[in-house]
Amino acid sequence: MENRVPTLKVQNLETTFFLKSGPFRAVKGLSYEIFPGETLGIVGESGCGKSVTSLAVMQLIDNPGKITGGQILLDGQDLLKLPTAQMEDVRGAKIAMIFQEPMTALNPVLTIGQQIDEQVLRHEKVSNDEARKRSIEMLSLVGIPSPEERYGNYPHQLSGGMRQRAMIAMALSCHPKVLIADEPTTALDVTIQAQILELFQTLQKKFNMAVQFITHDLGVISEVSDRVLVMYGGQVCESAPTQELFNNPQHPYTAALMNSRPKLGQRTKRLQTIEGTVPAPHEFPKGCPFANRCPKVTQICWDVPPPVTQVSPQHIVACYHPGVQK
Amino acid sequence: MATYILRRLIQTLGVVILLSYVCFYLMTLMPGDPVELMISSNPKITSEDVARLRSLYGLDQPAYKRYLNWVSQISSGDLGHSRTYRVPVSELLGPRLWNTFYLSMLALTFSILVALPIGVYTALNPGSRMDSIVSMLTFFGISMPSFLLALILIIIFAVQLNWLPAGGTETIGADNTGLAGILDRAKYLILPVLSLSLQSIGSFVRYARGSMLDVLRQDYVRTAKAKGLSYHVVIWKHAFRNALIPIITIIALSLSSVFSGALLTETVFAYQGVGKLVYDSIMGNDFNVAMVSFIISVSMVLLMNLIADILYGFVDPRISYQ
Repeated sequence: MENRVPTLKVQNLETTFFLKSGPFRAVKGLSYEIFPGETLGIVGESGCGKSVTSLAVMQLIDNPGKITGGQILLDGQDLLKLPTAQMEDVRGAKIAMIFQEPMTALNPVLTIGQQIDEQVLRHEKVSNDEARKRSIEMLSLVGIPSPEERYGNYPHQLSGGMRQRAMIAMALSCHPKVLIADEPTTALDVTIQAQILELFQTLQKKFNMAVQFITHDLGVISEVSDRVLVMYGGQVCESAPTQELFNNPQHPYTAALMNSRPKLGQRTKRLQTIEGTVPAPHEFPKGCPFANRCPKVTQICWDVPPPVTQVSPQHIVACYHPGVQK
Repeated sequence: MATYILRRLIQTLGVVILLSYVCFYLMTLMPGDPVELMISSNPKITSEDVARLRSLYGLDQPAYKRYLNWVSQISSGDLGHSRTYRVPVSELLGPRLWNTFYLSMLALTFSILVALPIGVYTALNPGSRMDSIVSMLTFFGISMPSFLLALILIIIFAVQLNWLPAGGTETIGADNTGLAGILDRAKYLILPVLSLSLQSIGSFVRYARGSMLDVLRQDYVRTAKAKGLSYHVVIWKHAFRNALIPIITIIALSLSSVFSGALLTETVFAYQGVGKLVYDSIMGNDFNVAMVSFIISVSMVLLMNLIADILYGFVDPRISYQ
């Protein structure tokens, strides 16, 4: 396992938003890698930089945001060094992305078929007929009943779950090596959520994709990912194989996240919460971003950002006081 | 679709009939009638003559009866006589109608062709220097009264530079057939079209910019980018088509203001169109002419709204007509 080559390797990624009130670093030196056939789950609260990270990999950060440092390596090639036209060749073909809102992520004035065909025709030298055949094949692969009919439908004629399936069909139509799923199940009903997650896992095996799965739902993460990366304030807090992370969380933030989940069969009057809120962009502590909410905080946490330390071969944590607090 | 259009046409007809009655009634409320005009030019007329003339023309009857008489006359294909010009209304109106049609359609087409690219460009570069210049100019365009602009244009291009005629429809006595005729007409149309377009250009730019900015923020635009499509395909195929939906409404609704704007513009430029005819006929109590022109203007506006609604169906698949 250790001598495998990662499909996607992100190193010291840094993104900055140049706001009127001054530059704000949304992602501060994030590194991770995803191997073929592996799912990396990225968890964190709203505003922790997880969506910006996925948009950065696609180089789709809108103004005034910019990637200001680091490397994004796809099979060893640095995507940040590619000219725009070549990056367009990568987008949709080698790296595909699925978004949170299936209701708004599809163009309302084009049919499902037109939208999938368009992507296939953009990246592969195929005829219109072949593209159409591929689209219908993809639609049936993602479990859409009577795909020929749905091919000619407009997005508004499909339910939310069906639209997300269509989005998946579109994302996978060019057999990408990396799939970035940005909260793909958040907007769906729980039953549909389960179906979509199952579909994800089947398709991932089929295409041997590296999947970057972003969510704030720990239940979803535990189900789909092989490894988990916990983010806070644009930095990594902790990263470990899923089982390990759930059984042995080291970072106080991870532990707090775990504690705020309701547990089945255990009645409590109030759910646990993490004290305080994520600070405003310019009010993050100078040291550890979690310092103002951490139960174990000491002076050094406020002053110096904690280095990333190895707990076990695949388990890293950025904290001065790791370990379970019980 | 066909049943929808049919239903809408019937509705439109209903509105036209209702409005024609309102107009007719308003005309009867105006002081004076055609007979009074005759009296003023003939001092020897007696009050018996006046009463006889009134009953001859049916002017002594109540408004609704006169309206019904007028409707039955119109529906038999007789549009009546113009009292001022002493010719049948149909003969008078035909060429005037075409003149107004050319003027307003050219103005509308010109505004669309100028405004949409500018609107899209500024939406793609919000906050740029070009954006602020355009925004200032559109503000100027929207707030500039078209008759004032018309006068300024006449002073600059007709009086000072002497490039274009100050008014009229075509060169009188010139051979107006073939290409020479078209070019001659075009020369007279440039200034009226310019002064009529400026206001709609201003508002179209604003709407196009706003609508495009709104669409560019949508998730499906990001999806299109994520598919690896080029900038141009994302902008024109994915964003612009969606941005067009509200713009179509604005264009259709602006048609009535282009029409009413034409009235002023035609008057300033002495352009022989319906607008000027309506003005002259109301002033001259020539109600046969006024009524028919009213009805045609009203029908045009309603028809354009209908066309806009049908266009929606083509641009936006979420709208279906059953």
